[in-house]
Amino acid sequence: MNRIEKAFSKGKAFIPFITAGDPSIEVTEQLIIEMAKAGADIIEIGIPFSDPSAEGPVIQAADVRALSAGTTTDQILEMVKRIRKVCDVPLVFMTYINPVFSYGTDRFLKTCKEIGVDGIIVPDVPYEERDEIKPFCEKYGIACIPLIAPTSKDRIDLIAKEAEGFVYCVSSFGVTGVREDLGHDFIDMIKRVKLVKDIPCAIGFGISNPDQAKTLSEVSDGVIVGSAIVKIIEEYGKDCIGPVVEYVKSMIAAIR
Amino acid sequence: MSKGRFGIHGGQYIPEVLMNAIHELEEAYNHYKNDKEFIEELNFLYENYAGRPSSLYYAENMTKDLKGPKIYLKREDLNHTGSHKINNVLGQVLLAKKMGKTRVIAETGAGQHGVATATAAALLGLECEVFMGKEDTKRQALNVYRMKLLGSKVHEVTSGTQTLKDAVNETFKEWTSRIDDTHYVIGSVVGPYPFPEMVRDFQSVIGKELKDQMLLAEGRLPDAILACVGGGSNAMGVFYDFIDNPEVRLIGCEAAGHGVDTELNAATMTNGKLGIFHGMKSYFCQDEYGQIAPVYSISAGLDYPGIGPEHSYLKDIERAEYVPVTDEEAVEAFEYLARTEGIIPAIESSHAVAHALKLAPTMGKDKIMVINISGRGDKDVAAIARYKGEDIYE
Repeated sequence: MNRIEKAFSKGKAFIPFITAGDPSIEVTEQLIIEMAKAGADIIEIGIPFSDPSAEGPVIQAADVRALSAGTTTDQILEMVKRIRKVCDVPLVFMTYINPVFSYGTDRFLKTCKEIGVDGIIVPDVPYEERDEIKPFCEKYGIACIPLIAPTSKDRIDLIAKEAEGFVYCVSSFGVTGVREDLGHDFIDMIKRVKLVKDIPCAIGFGISNPDQAKTLSEVSDGVIVGSAIVKIIEEYGKDCIGPVVEYVKSMIAAIR
Repeated sequence: MSKGRFGIHGGQYIPEVLMNAIHELEEAYNHYKNDKEFIEELNFLYENYAGRPSSLYYAENMTKDLKGPKIYLKREDLNHTGSHKINNVLGQVLLAKKMGKTRVIAETGAGQHGVATATAAALLGLECEVFMGKEDTKRQALNVYRMKLLGSKVHEVTSGTQTLKDAVNETFKEWTSRIDDTHYVIGSVVGPYPFPEMVRDFQSVIGKELKDQMLLAEGRLPDAILACVGGGSNAMGVFYDFIDNPEVRLIGCEAAGHGVDTELNAATMTNGKLGIFHGMKSYFCQDEYGQIAPVYSISAGLDYPGIGPEHSYLKDIERAEYVPVTDEEAVEAFEYLARTEGIIPAIESSHAVAHALKLAPTMGKDKIMVINISGRGDKDVAAIARYKGEDIYE
């Protein structure tokens, strides 16, 4: 059983997202270690991009902060290498294709393998363009985690069949960000995935409070929370570790 | 390899949430582009609303002054709304209407595409919202008001560099959040398939007309065609029908801003490298980690860090040439054409005029050169005055 499978085998998974380098690589490193200690099951690490087209204003601002602080792909890979020496939590990169392509897709995924990254999510590579990244993921044993949306409909069958790690279910239209009403489409989306493949489904985009997390975890295998955490980081800056850990604990308590 | 490729370029690199909408558009476009009624309706609008065909004008004064080839100007500046943008927009908005969409959204740089989209939406009865970088709303305040006058809503984009690239980002996001009733009218030969092909097809009316007009006027094809390139739609439109005529040099003129060796330029073909952004694989100005560069040009319409995938392909196969032109050269050409021919070209088109000024003296008198004047320069007058140190009211 690989690290991601193990994470889902323990019950509902809580998956926090943070942007690497916001506010600094050092703080990101501490945040990952501390969130893992607090019980986060998988951690999504955003590699900042200048033009994050699937992000709402909160995460876009985090990308700007990280890049303004001089964060680079190399620094992030080095950071993961250090984290892996002290922490076994599954780590998944979330980024856009251009930073990966520019690094050299083969070289990037080879490095991911060497430093112990478990999966990658690239929102601007849809099923049709999977050859851009999937063969390299397979070569190095990195899970290529796909997204499905309420608009995916029949495409869910195609996507689920080839999915690895877990399926990232976008709970509502639009970009990332905190929302009150998350809609109900994902119940049918997840049912459809499960008909095709027995693979964990985690819901993301828009989840912020313990009540939402509880409701959504009941119909899925886990919840992904990004913007709500990034907001805390924005508010507290380098002093964010305590408040983030407290928040993560409250969310985990709600879904278990 | 996926659909919509030009060599290695192109493709459909967009979030899953948009994929079904893109497939729907693909299907609709492939159907209507061969639909007799659609073609007739579009041609009717081209002739009776946009004022096509645009004239091919022999620039005699310029020809005499430069002592080189015979110079012709393809006058896209005479189209309704003042640029080539109307060709694409009428096609796309008509298509959106056929698809049952009730709302269109668009990005705009200089405001020309925004104005054209707002115009077509007003004509065909669709709701319209335009996204424009805040920096550009300042540079092109008149066009902002023009869009409002036409009944459109204009959103100021305050993210990133607050220019064209960010306007594209925000329009894609808007589309993501409201797909069912909305079509995204992309303004250039960029984005995911089918956009680069569809926009090129709608713009190819320029080259088709040019070919007929040139054969009528000279009985032969021109030796060189020059056009400015940002995303590259007017250039693709005028080049397309000549790709299979290798004796015709195709020259794209890109924005070098303060110079290709400075940090302030938008010279994608000179400085860019292969990347994947805005739904396509193509050349982009970017740093060593693939972060898209904050480009600059005096011209809001060329201030874009990428270029259409078909241009990248034409560069790869060496069918077209791409040359950088600085702000200073473009402004000089802007003034030159005004004084010499009584035509004020858009600052975008002035980049092509500027290269013509360099190239013409090297060509023989028996040669023929065509410059695509993609738009008129009224919108740029105040900015050029400021550039020259004169502060005037718009």
